[in-house]
Amino acid sequence: MKNKIIATSLAMALVSTAGIVGLSADPVDETLSIDGTPMVSRTKAPEGHPFDEVMSGWLFRTSETRALEADSFSNPGMLGVEEGEAIWNTVEGTAGKSCASCHNDAKESMKGVGASYPKWDADAKRPINLELQINKCREQNMGAEPYAFDKGGQKPLTAYIKNQSLGMPVALDLSKGELQKWWDDGKKTYYSRTGQLNLSCASCHEDNMGKNIRADHLSQGQVNGFPVYRLKQGGLVSVHNRFRGCIRDTRAEYPKAFSDELMALELYVTWRGTGLSVETPAVRQ
Amino acid sequence: MAKSKPRVKVPKSAKAGEVITIKTLISHKMESGQRKDKAGKVIPRSIINKFTCEFNGAKVFECDIDPAISANPFFEFTAKVSEPGTFNFIWVDDDGSIYTEEKKIEVN
Amino acid sequence: MKFTRRQALGLTAGAAALGFTGLGSSLAFANAEDTEKRIMEFTGGKKPESGKITLTAPEIAENGNTVPISVSVESAMSGDDLVESVMILAEGNPNPAVATFHFTELSGEASATTRMRLAKTQNVVAVAKMKDGSAYSDTRQVKVTIGGCGG
Repeated sequence: MKNKIIATSLAMALVSTAGIVGLSADPVDETLSIDGTPMVSRTKAPEGHPFDEVMSGWLFRTSETRALEADSFSNPGMLGVEEGEAIWNTVEGTAGKSCASCHNDAKESMKGVGASYPKWDADAKRPINLELQINKCREQNMGAEPYAFDKGGQKPLTAYIKNQSLGMPVALDLSKGELQKWWDDGKKTYYSRTGQLNLSCASCHEDNMGKNIRADHLSQGQVNGFPVYRLKQGGLVSVHNRFRGCIRDTRAEYPKAFSDELMALELYVTWRGTGLSVETPAVRQ
Repeated sequence: MAKSKPRVKVPKSAKAGEVITIKTLISHKMESGQRKDKAGKVIPRSIINKFTCEFNGAKVFECDIDPAISANPFFEFTAKVSEPGTFNFIWVDDDGSIYTEEKKIEVN
Repeated sequence: MKFTRRQALGLTAGAAALGFTGLGSSLAFANAEDTEKRIMEFTGGKKPESGKITLTAPEIAENGNTVPISVSVESAMSGDDLVESVMILAEGNPNPAVATFHFTELSGEASATTRMRLAKTQNVVAVAKMKDGSAYSDTRQVKVTIGGCGG
């Protein structure tokens, strides 16, 4: 128990250190516009939300990083979106179909999809996110192999589909199936401390939002821009990859991607960003 | 991002003598040759080592690229156009592959 | 996930951050001397003067893997007033070479923007070589930060 207290204090000391020269402690007072179209990056939080205002992670980044997202040509994540578009139009599987065979032009058919997932999957009796929906379609309708986590076309295709909802406000329908129960489970996970560092999602993204952890400017931990282009990886990063990374960084064993725990967490965390514009592919550090 | 796909932004038209801005982006891992794999072996360098922009066959801009250029290399530069024609963009990979893209421009 | 003691120490010290930039954990970083040598080779032995060239780089790089930089050289870019090449060097990287831009009269302006990798806080140097043999340089220090939680 003593060790846990020491570890937590150390961790919190890291968080409180304003430390590095020049990094502002507050999110910027700016509006994100992508190719001139304004995005909602700040909005009144929904009922029952711990914050008054929900804020996009974009507001917490340096000016250079913010600039990368404002121009869709310069945004390296758009290379992944283009790759996704190519996959959309590629025939795969025993049924001889491509996504386009049923869904035609994604600009029309996929509009709103990125803003409304995760949804309730009545067949599997659990929430379903976009990655798993793609796999379900591939297996059932295309006769194609489902993508392994973060492999194959999963990230680019997810980014392409979500990008069709760019600018639309995140809005989940929690009334379907047992989503409300999974939301409760996700909320519990969000506030549960894990690992040697004994940190929960809330430790950083709620209690210390706006402060620096070493030189990282802590955001609210929203997922409205995922898959994001992370400068660190120089590539697209998925939600479950980020969840696993964060939990790993508390020095805990981390759950499997698409596990019940992480599906519930994705549902809850997506809800925490209700009202923010879909920014996929966002640019983050 | 598996294959290397280039994206190029060139204005559709310009006045004779105008200096235009060109932006280019290409997907490429740009493996620097500094990283080690899980077994401790160095992952060999594999980058795009040269980028060239030509206009109607004449060189406009060129870049010798070293491993310190980030993944998905981005270049923004200018070109002075005095006649209509075609821009050609050429990326050369360490492994010998050549990627190209072309864009036409109207000049009045 | 089990951590070996070395891994745990590495994470604590933040040394692992070096591996994340893709530029390795090699401690054989180039020093200012190597950079000097490369500059002299580039200019043909001429020590660059200050002026004419401007290197723009962020004061703090949010992530060392992708740091936007741009250079601009005052020049008519015609006749004898021409910038031939601009070389970019990163003094503190394992290998200081970053890129060399080559301009022509068709460039219109001697300016270029790109994104580079920085292994740690260091000086970035831009050196311009002119057609008439003169050389100019500009230097910017970029602070490279370590993210939170070692990630």
